Amino acid sequence: MNRKMLKNYIINLIVVALIYAGIKVLISAGVINRYYEGIIIFIMINIILATSLNLATGFLGQLTLGHAGFMAAGAYVSAITAIALKNSGMPNLLILIISLIAAAIVSALVGIAIGIPALRLRGDYLAIITLGFGEMIRVIINNLRGLTGGAQGLTGIPRIATFDNVFWVTALVILVLYRLTHSRQGRAIVSIREDEIAAEAVGVKTTYFKVLGFAIAAGFAGVGGGLYAHYLAFLDPKIFGFMRSVEILVIVVLGGMGSLTGSIFAAIILTILPEALRSFSDYRMLLYSFALVLMMIFRPIGMFGTKEFSWQGIYDRYKMLRDAVKRREKA
Amino acid sequence: MVLFLQQLINGLSVGSIYALIALGYTMVYGIIKLINFAHGEIMMAGAYFAFLIAVSTNLPFVAVMLISMVLAAVLGVVIERVAYKPLRNAPRISLLITAIGMSLFLQNLALVIFRADPKIMPTLIAKHPINIGPIQVGTVTLTTLVLSIIFMVILDVFVKKTKPGKAMRAVSEDKDAALLMGINVDKTISLTFAIGSALGALGGVLYGITYTQVYPTMGILPGLKAFIAAVLGGIGLIPGAVLGGFAVGMVETISKAYLPTQWTDAIVFGILIVVLLIKPTGILGKNEKEKV
Repeated sequence: MNRKMLKNYIINLIVVALIYAGIKVLISAGVINRYYEGIIIFIMINIILATSLNLATGFLGQLTLGHAGFMAAGAYVSAITAIALKNSGMPNLLILIISLIAAAIVSALVGIAIGIPALRLRGDYLAIITLGFGEMIRVIINNLRGLTGGAQGLTGIPRIATFDNVFWVTALVILVLYRLTHSRQGRAIVSIREDEIAAEAVGVKTTYFKVLGFAIAAGFAGVGGGLYAHYLAFLDPKIFGFMRSVEILVIVVLGGMGSLTGSIFAAIILTILPEALRSFSDYRMLLYSFALVLMMIFRPIGMFGTKEFSWQGIYDRYKMLRDAVKRREKA
Repeated sequence: MVLFLQQLINGLSVGSIYALIALGYTMVYGIIKLINFAHGEIMMAGAYFAFLIAVSTNLPFVAVMLISMVLAAVLGVVIERVAYKPLRNAPRISLLITAIGMSLFLQNLALVIFRADPKIMPTLIAKHPINIGPIQVGTVTLTTLVLSIIFMVILDVFVKKTKPGKAMRAVSEDKDAALLMGINVDKTISLTFAIGSALGALGGVLYGITYTQVYPTMGILPGLKAFIAAVLGGIGLIPGAVLGGFAVGMVETISKAYLPTQWTDAIVFGILIVVLLIKPTGILGKNEKEKV
């Protein structure tokens, strides 16, 4: 790790800590009430879901329409684990960690099981088959009534996801995804997006990296689902339908496929916007879908394209501008 | 055995609706390689058109059906012109997401205009059972089946024998070559959307009559199943859509009759997955070699 990168990490760590402290202060001052806190938690869950889908769709280039299925698998595994551990006397945080790890492992395994056959297909066919698998997961959960409560929903999940732990889990997920996408493995993953045949020709094990990327994306979707379950304390298979997958995909597309920071900003906007438009609730989804179509026609690469937002980048741009102004003054 | 035959006929009727909708998917995919997610909503729109006409006028069923098909065709062409045409050279994923956005838009537009509560479709076809030997067949079932087959035959003749039909086949074979041969590609694509949408609307009208209800989200599930039907038969191929539609309808009806209903959708999706894994190009599709 060179000095510039180290500097970047330290700056970002400070920014994250400042955001955390800022929100904490606002919560204790009562500016952020329970309703706003809930929205913030949903923003962070959406960030986890969107950044993980971005790994599969943006970086790996495999369009998937079944992300809600992995989220559902994680949510149910995590909820069932936590219910089993509820009366064991363990502290809440430990229960949360154990159930989230269980969720991540199971979702990643589901991801591998689906990925190995599905990733042989490309483009539209992959989108369709992931759609099919996502719906299958939901139907299976709906029918395992003894374990999941079926269509009546699963109740009695301990409400152990708080602002603090959701915040740090989100930060950790983003860090892992950032490190992954900027590593040797990450470059292999991006090379598959750019040109799969060329990547294979230069010796990238395409199948391995496709399944790896897919499994990691699925695992983190499971974590997002787990947090969702522990915040809402109630699960219903209907939540994880095809529309949920589409919502996550829309966040990724709006932010820019291949930009983690883009997904973060888009998740913030697309979680707040529907809430802010609640008073026009009839027209809310209408505007939302209209904006999506407009976005695709006029700026299909999303807000950020494949670029990442960085403080260093802003500073560099500022310096460039300043130098340009100086040069002009001299001349 | 009687029960099985009865189910077989019901399956054919449901299957013919799926086949009609699947034709729209497959024709659009064949010509611009787009999974038109908004097609299920066009079907829904067709059902609402029929509902509105039937409630406000006393026109006979055939007139109601034809007018709603024409209106849906216009809607389909408008959607293509406004939303898909500007993206013709954009990456496929942008086009796909636009289609998803369009589908959401139409659903919510219907929700705002008509509200979420289902509307009861007026009885456009007099309902009385017809006995064929030991089997009872409803007039609705029979009309659905007959109408679907008539329109499929018309489509087949149109695509094979007429000049615009030939143009459609040429454009789906190779857009650039078709352009060089003097075919108006834009017009042909619009025509494809018009025909696909009209057939989808016919499916919607028949679906609305069969289940006697019209509601804004009615297009989602039949749309998805028709899409599966199109993939099953081989997407982009017109006979494939018909074959797939009937197959999905049969499987659905028969599994509903003999298995717990909540597994029906899982079985349909299961078929999709198996087909895609074994032969992604569908039953009638040819395998394409990968070119570098």
